[in-house]
Amino acid sequence: MSDPDHTTLKTTPLHALHQRLGARFGAFGGYDMPIQYPDGILSEHLWTRSQCGLFDVSHMGPCFLALPELGGGDAAHRRVAALVEKLVPSDIANLPPGKMQLTVLLNESGGILDDLMIGRPARDDRQGMLYIVVNAGTKDQDFALLSAAADGEAQLRRADDRGLIAIQGPKAESVLEDIVPGVSSLSFMTFARFDHSQFGRMLVTRCGYTGEDGFEVLVLPDHAVAFTERVLADARVKPIGLGARDSLRLEAGLCLYGHDIDADTSPVEAGLSWMISKSRRERGDFPGAERILGELKAGPAARRVGVRPLGRAPAREGAEIQTREGDAIGRVTSGGFGPTVNGPVAMGHVASSHAKPGTPVQVIVRGKPFEAEIAALPFTPHNYKR
Amino acid sequence: MTTYYTREHEWIAVDGAIGTVGITAYAAEKLGDVVFVELPETGRKLAQNAEMAVVESVKAASDVYAPVSGEVVEANAALVEAPETVNADPEGAGWFCKIRLTSPGELSGLMDKAAYTAFCESL
Repeated sequence: MSDPDHTTLKTTPLHALHQRLGARFGAFGGYDMPIQYPDGILSEHLWTRSQCGLFDVSHMGPCFLALPELGGGDAAHRRVAALVEKLVPSDIANLPPGKMQLTVLLNESGGILDDLMIGRPARDDRQGMLYIVVNAGTKDQDFALLSAAADGEAQLRRADDRGLIAIQGPKAESVLEDIVPGVSSLSFMTFARFDHSQFGRMLVTRCGYTGEDGFEVLVLPDHAVAFTERVLADARVKPIGLGARDSLRLEAGLCLYGHDIDADTSPVEAGLSWMISKSRRERGDFPGAERILGELKAGPAARRVGVRPLGRAPAREGAEIQTREGDAIGRVTSGGFGPTVNGPVAMGHVASSHAKPGTPVQVIVRGKPFEAEIAALPFTPHNYKR
Repeated sequence: MTTYYTREHEWIAVDGAIGTVGITAYAAEKLGDVVFVELPETGRKLAQNAEMAVVESVKAASDVYAPVSGEVVEANAALVEAPETVNADPEGAGWFCKIRLTSPGELSGLMDKAAYTAFCESL
């Protein structure tokens, strides 16, 4: 329980606000971040599932990749899309205006360098620009990769000095609509710019990392604290730390980079084949295409799965997964206690032969086998607004 | 009955030859919501500072050590179904186990309430 080293950790624009709210801090992705508030992880988690939680995710890496001149319709969009398609297996060129896509940066052997969001602006005068959000711990690498791929044709502009605030839960729509009228018309995985009289220009994306309906709001640095305080003034909203963010995303079956997916894991192994569009499969023009197309055809050797321990003992990252006869078939990549499930939940990689939901397995915790089952993901149903 | 404390944040309340062991309110608060407790089996012989139990919060697992040497005579079975008792009443109903002390002299190396309180304030 040593204190994080404040001399080397970065902070977000909301750091002082978290301190006033009584947060307990920890290091994440190079930032000093709130892990939990006085209510604790369990009640923060359950509050988000039933009401509305506010998360500071300003440590992440929002940026814009833009041609020197914007406007120019589909043709401009296709030019900038072609630059990032060198790194990802998704169809960015045919993204409809206003649409956000979850995809992955690939290395030459088809492993995942990061998962990220890429969006096409809705407005005509912003065509030729992409809104991109990458993970905190990988953002310097990712920004360098994107800049190199842009090769002077487009400029990468970092926006990670701004506030990025996630508002999640069944009450999120009604909470944010009261503050930023119009956001309720966004559907899942779309985004739009709003010019707010009090909080300035903001980008609002209907997305999240909890399995619940919600939004992520990119707001200018000078307005980040005031905007956050305004959202927290609503009695339906509580601040939620990274501890509950992790248990929420785990129950929702969503990947944490560096744990459930990494530079050795292909999107096919990770169960993310849906990201690889038909046109890109036909062209085979993305990094690691040989391995990935081979796995799509023949099936991968291992797969990401849900794992449900049958008792009460959590199985955590690194725990070996075995058949009930004791043969090793994989490892837990994320695991802990699911407050909504009210029991232990985990994800892991196992041999494809043992990846079917319902397969009886055991997990090794502190040297002892505990009965578990391969489980369908997510553990708790998604409540997205399509 | 006298209660002693360790630097690892266990307490032991000694009544004759039997000591009741748990984790302190300070430890329970630092751990956060307890969701699972692995208790020692009755009859298990423990050396002082040996791993005695495991307590898991939403985020992490932590070891609990035997404050003194002894033999486990009873484990608090109520914690299996209601691990949250460790947060609600860490130095009462949230006790982990009772042990029969085999080296009562070890108690003199532990802290009393005042010393433990000062120790926590120094952390």
